[in-house]
Amino acid sequence: LADLTTKFAGIHSPNPFWLASAPPTNTGEQVMRAFDAGWGGAVWKTIGEPITNVSSRYSSIDWNAQRMMGLNNIELITDRPIEVNLREIAEVKRRYPRHAVIASLMVESRREAWHEIVKRTEDAGADGLELNFGCPHGMSERGMGAAVGQVPEYTQRITEWVKEVARTPVLVKLTPNVTDIRVIARAARRAGADGLSAINTINSITGIDLSTFAPRPNVDGMSSHGGYCGPAVKPIALNMVQQVMADTVDGPPIPISGIGGIGNWQDAAEFLLLGCTSVQVCTAVMHYGYRIVQEMIDGLSNWMDANGFATLDDLRGKSLSKVTEWKHLNLNYKIVARIDEALCIGCQLCHIACWDGAHQCIHVDRVSGPIDGPVELHAKPREHGRERIAVTPIPKLDPPKAHIGPYATSLERIPRVDETECVGCNLCSLVCPVDDCITMVERPTGLAPETWAERTNAG
Amino acid sequence: LLTTHNSQFTTEIAQRFPDLHPALDACAAVVEANRCLNCFDAPCMGACPTHIDVPAFIRKIAAGNVTGSARTILDANVLGASCARVCPVDVLCEGACVLHGKRQKPIEIGRLQRFAMETFYDAGGRLALRQRQERSQRIACIGAGPASLACAAELRQQGFQVRVIDRRPLPGGLNTYGVAEYKLRAADSLREVEMVRNLGVDFEVCDIDAASLAVLEREFDAVFLGIGLGAMQRLEVAGADSVAGVGAVAGIGAAARIIDALKFIAAYKSGSPLSVGRRVVVIGAGNTAIDAACAAKRLGAETVTILYRRQRQNIPAFDFEYDHALREGVEFVWATLPTAIAAKNNGLELTCVAVKQDANGRLTPQPGSEFTIECDAVIPAIGQSPLLELLSQVPGITMDRGRVGIDRTTGQTANPKIFAGGDCVNGGREVVDAVADGKRAALGIAALLCNRQSARTEVPLG
Repeated sequence: LADLTTKFAGIHSPNPFWLASAPPTNTGEQVMRAFDAGWGGAVWKTIGEPITNVSSRYSSIDWNAQRMMGLNNIELITDRPIEVNLREIAEVKRRYPRHAVIASLMVESRREAWHEIVKRTEDAGADGLELNFGCPHGMSERGMGAAVGQVPEYTQRITEWVKEVARTPVLVKLTPNVTDIRVIARAARRAGADGLSAINTINSITGIDLSTFAPRPNVDGMSSHGGYCGPAVKPIALNMVQQVMADTVDGPPIPISGIGGIGNWQDAAEFLLLGCTSVQVCTAVMHYGYRIVQEMIDGLSNWMDANGFATLDDLRGKSLSKVTEWKHLNLNYKIVARIDEALCIGCQLCHIACWDGAHQCIHVDRVSGPIDGPVELHAKPREHGRERIAVTPIPKLDPPKAHIGPYATSLERIPRVDETECVGCNLCSLVCPVDDCITMVERPTGLAPETWAERTNAG
Repeated sequence: LLTTHNSQFTTEIAQRFPDLHPALDACAAVVEANRCLNCFDAPCMGACPTHIDVPAFIRKIAAGNVTGSARTILDANVLGASCARVCPVDVLCEGACVLHGKRQKPIEIGRLQRFAMETFYDAGGRLALRQRQERSQRIACIGAGPASLACAAELRQQGFQVRVIDRRPLPGGLNTYGVAEYKLRAADSLREVEMVRNLGVDFEVCDIDAASLAVLEREFDAVFLGIGLGAMQRLEVAGADSVAGVGAVAGIGAAARIIDALKFIAAYKSGSPLSVGRRVVVIGAGNTAIDAACAAKRLGAETVTILYRRQRQNIPAFDFEYDHALREGVEFVWATLPTAIAAKNNGLELTCVAVKQDANGRLTPQPGSEFTIECDAVIPAIGQSPLLELLSQVPGITMDRGRVGIDRTTGQTANPKIFAGGDCVNGGREVVDAVADGKRAALGIAALLCNRQSARTEVPLG
């Protein structure tokens, strides 16, 4: 059975699934329930001088009747006294010595303030520290959070202050609200950070109430931009993790804890394949509760078993070598769309997507049999259904509708790919609602692989 | 109106005939709308006789634009509300849904359409006139059923002056008088009629005969015949005359013994107190027969038996109607023909004979197989007769097997001034077919009166 134990820059946890610093890690009581549910670690809700929050703090976007595709918050760091948080950390560590408890920290940008909070937190028994340089709302207006993380010099200086006194591993949590996240990651590395966490939430306005004209969340008629997270941000997070992990400008990368839209084992596996040592989850837990970790552990283990990965080290970063710059991609690789007529249900979404959104090479013009050979033919998409008089069929009086061809779907509704025009863009296979109905198949060009870089170098 | 007839009875009807299918609430509608794939050249749209842009109206529901959704429906089918309730969607839009190909439940198009339409009407929705310019030409639509309503609405939308004339006190035709109450309440039908009236269509109650039709043809620029079919065919069995008669028109009273299915349905829907007795026999197995049988059951009959001369697989009713009848507790007796009817005790005695069907479909009564059924009421539902007497006097039109001959794409009869659609043309199909006929005829009339080619390019199938 796959071994999920995780060692992150010296921080041990039974599995790579950590709760991100957020409402699910607000109190010791919550963190202990989370550990009971199966979570391997928890990054404590950011500790600092207690703040006052507003009421009305979250908003979300739904997509296709699914709730919380993306979640936005304007909540600040902990609103509980530092000593209460530290007392609870000590209690959790006493009861759960093998789980990882990482304290997220944010104080004003003074050396003494950072020194003091680091010492107190480590005295309480935290396994590591995560410097919150990423919170994009509220705290940044007070010179903390993203206000630090958006300036490489500030990031470096404060990380250095922390490293002056820290005895446990120090993680710097990166904000995505920058032009090039690698610049900030390098600053953290230069300062001696032991690891990184990425990404923090993305600046967002989730939407506007069309009856009040006020954005959400509505705080007494007004709103403010917040931090965006949830399934919608995963692709952005994956890209930023890859950028940081592939960056060797200042030496080899340091361990990274992946964050951003992780809700199941597949999401987690993707972050691990891009080099993450652990992953952090928040929105999915805010949606469904701690229990979801069971599926994540089970799913990841099964997938590892099926692929012969005994430990996480066996798979970590395996996809990094498969990401490159565009100029190194093979220009002589050609694929075309193939429609499996036996699976096609005749929705013709590939046809209209190709026509209006791609390269006008999928046609609805079949009248009989399979198409032999490429046919150059263009006809504007037409809604044939409206051109015919239709009546309610009466079995006794009306012959059954004509069905052409050997497939379940009548041939005139099964689109045809004109391979001579197909550029292999994938769009049709993306919109097709039937699994495996449209596949992209390779058409050997007979040409040796050639990249743009090679072509331009050759002159 | 219907409700003034006998409010206590109307309440009772409402209790006995609750909606067959529950409405979708707003949340469920959005979830269901989001299942829709938004097919291009969607088969559901092609299967709908009125070619409602189903993906478009469903997408608008998903986007919270229910008013726009309703307008999309009404743009294609002005009776979108009643069609949402009465259409046999299994053989139309939902039957054509591509999700069948994925072994998934089709999109519940009927219920989504009903959600959009009822939300629209409940909010007091009214249809704005497309065309602001008035045209002077006048068109008379004979009959106030779905075909005429659709024709009138479309013509009015194009600025023509339209009068709808019907012999019944309430407009709406079979939508008002002939649809099972658990599918479509008369009040719902009248709500739709009101919307058509609000477009500026005149309604007149008048029994049209050949002479008055000739006057209309002279005075109006075009005439649309949406007169439907005539009375139900009489049950031709020995003794039928002796027990028919009293009470048969007003509904089944204590003395009534035989009442045809349409009169029976119209009577209970109109609020006439009905007592159907304990045992009811319905003759025929079409959709109307099933409506009547289920109604008799809901009106208190202990046993309701449908007699049909052929076998289960030959019934004209849709499969889902047959299944529904079974669920309501209706019994079926196959391959049986009534031969005589007589008063007995306080009820009726129906003499029947078993019949055999040969390979050519010919029926032969089986000697010696006679048996009797005692019952309190007999409801023949063996089809409506065409209005041959009236139609035969309309100059210039042609008849084909009891149906008015038309050009399918324009609805025009052999008399260029007269157009026709609905049951009188198709022999009796669905509301949505009548609406489609009416709309096509309206476009044909508009093209004629504006001296231009028909805007429609629809071509007959096959």
